[in-house]
Amino acid sequence: MLEEGTYFMKGNHVIAEAAIIAGCRFFGAYPITPASPIAERMSYRLFEEGGEFIQMEDEIASMAAIIGASCAGAKSMTATSGPGVSLMLENIGLAYMMEAPVVIVDVMRGGPSTGMPTLTSQGDINQVRWGSHGDYDVIAYCPSTVQECFDLTIKAFNAAEKYRVPVFIMADQILGLMTSNVKVPRLRDIKIVDRETPMDGDDTYQPYDSSTLVPPMAIAGHGHHVLMTGLTHDERGYPATNPEGQEKLMSRLKRKIYENIDDIVELEEFMLEDAELAIVAYGSEARSVREAIKQAREKGLKVGMLRFKTIWPFPERQVNELSRRVKKIMVAEVNLGQLVHPVREYAVCEVVALTHSGGALHPPAEVLRRIEEEMK
Amino acid sequence: MVSTKELVNIELEVKAIEKGNLACPGCQLNLSFKHALSALKGDAIVVVPACCTSVIQGAGQGYGMHVPIFNTAFASAPPVASGIARKLKRDGKKTTVVVWAGDGGTADIGFGSMSGAAERDENILYVMYDNQGYQNTGNQKSGATPRGAKTSTTPHGKKSRRKDIARMMMAQEVSYVATANASYPQDLFAKIERAATEFAGHFRFIQIYSPCPPGWNIDTKDSVLVGELANNTGYWPLYEAVNGKLEFSRPSRRFNDPAKRKPLADYLKIQGRFRNIDPEIVKQMEEDIEHEWSILRKFM
Repeated sequence: MLEEGTYFMKGNHVIAEAAIIAGCRFFGAYPITPASPIAERMSYRLFEEGGEFIQMEDEIASMAAIIGASCAGAKSMTATSGPGVSLMLENIGLAYMMEAPVVIVDVMRGGPSTGMPTLTSQGDINQVRWGSHGDYDVIAYCPSTVQECFDLTIKAFNAAEKYRVPVFIMADQILGLMTSNVKVPRLRDIKIVDRETPMDGDDTYQPYDSSTLVPPMAIAGHGHHVLMTGLTHDERGYPATNPEGQEKLMSRLKRKIYENIDDIVELEEFMLEDAELAIVAYGSEARSVREAIKQAREKGLKVGMLRFKTIWPFPERQVNELSRRVKKIMVAEVNLGQLVHPVREYAVCEVVALTHSGGALHPPAEVLRRIEEEMK
Repeated sequence: MVSTKELVNIELEVKAIEKGNLACPGCQLNLSFKHALSALKGDAIVVVPACCTSVIQGAGQGYGMHVPIFNTAFASAPPVASGIARKLKRDGKKTTVVVWAGDGGTADIGFGSMSGAAERDENILYVMYDNQGYQNTGNQKSGATPRGAKTSTTPHGKKSRRKDIARMMMAQEVSYVATANASYPQDLFAKIERAATEFAGHFRFIQIYSPCPPGWNIDTKDSVLVGELANNTGYWPLYEAVNGKLEFSRPSRRFNDPAKRKPLADYLKIQGRFRNIDPEIVKQMEEDIEHEWSILRKFM
């Protein structure tokens, strides 16, 4: 494992190393630009750390394999890009329903379809949240720097283990392939969360015990009654495919995220104290926005940024509060308008979008021009 | 079989590929494509899943291939081609529908959809150009990567045998299955021509051995030589199987006798992907060769 120190590393490699520190010991993936360096690093690093690496035959298999490994007790991860997430979606729903803790890295690239494999985008924001059928929730972290690739990967594993949900790390091509300094703290200072497991010999154990929001998870093959399923089920894991069973299960699954939303959501406020215009940004794009805000401040424009370090669950309360403090919110993203929609839903002020078709970030000058235009 | 001169003339006339595409120097897939499309006289619709072929077209100097091309998602080429083939049938057209796919798109992610098209006996000529890895995305291993090869996801060399797709297609009773080698263009030309004419109306499968200089870490000038050695060491037997009845093709025929084969070391030593290979693995690879031939002989 990486020891304490400062390293000069690629974002993708940092995600791989952080995953190992977080306890990841199973990785299954399929080659895809620009996420392949994660798999390439894992192919020998997990071997050294006593874990398992499998290159799967496609993304459907990759996602299914990490569910299997997770159910057998391993902290598991896969890494892909937009087209791969599209193929994983059915199994993402399965992981949600089975409550299998898994981490999915999505190094976003230009879409739709094959799009621009070697260029950046933030086009998967809606896909990960809404792509699988039925109602479900995920947790999605969105690093903006290589350092955050480290910090948020640790948090992603912790959140997956704590809440037993699929957790995404939404990096993008620029961040994944960017080499930068990253500080690794002393290992004992890194908080690692492991899933709660039932007591040995607990005969009353039920895999989907509804007396708690997040039931302890028995490891397959270690005793206990293990019955995990994608069907609507009761506390024992037996099918309960009726409106009452569905209501009981779905409400617990929803509550486990929304009753913990303040624990999950992470936001950064930048120069927002006196801002009249707030820019909502995330990921690589936030770097450009930050620079533009500094330049705007020099011109005396009262502008700030609310940066989402978690995209999902959506920070409904915080966006609503922000919208009461500022005159206008601008959502800057590298897509044709995705996160702007929930922002509009929860904001009470005017919300405008700064969009980009993908392939590059907005240069700071362009963001600044738009700031000036909006603040006229 | 066409003579070299005839082949050159046909290729000059058909001009399957124009100058200025993005293929790497020494790329054998590009040559294979030229030979194959010449054999079809340019009368083809080509469906390409994500693979090297989908990224080398056109770049720089404009449109580089004189046939309709559909670049599809990874696991989608055989079904897209099925749709095209069915419509052509309704329209009474004889144009050959070709799936031109790499080994990753065939052996891994696209295997289910290809097997489905074979089972339905769709009127498709499926060509798998086999550069033995995901070369377009940086040489990750595929199901077709051979034992011993180092790739970016098997940095210590792959431990298991390659998936033999041609034999799997024979097991599915595909009416025409053949292997080809980019270093033997006349043989390749003849097989494409035969598949397109004699077996038109059926699912046909041809697997082309296609050396990749950057992925295999070979000198660009050696990519034809590597293909020749693959043949002369018995590593890549060339054959045609018609309704399950197999016949070795002329370049490979005499290597049915193990004594006539060149030592495998000759083949391995000019490829960086086999550098510092474990002697135990080399032994297994040698056994793999005879294993392959012994199975093929059973279908003669």
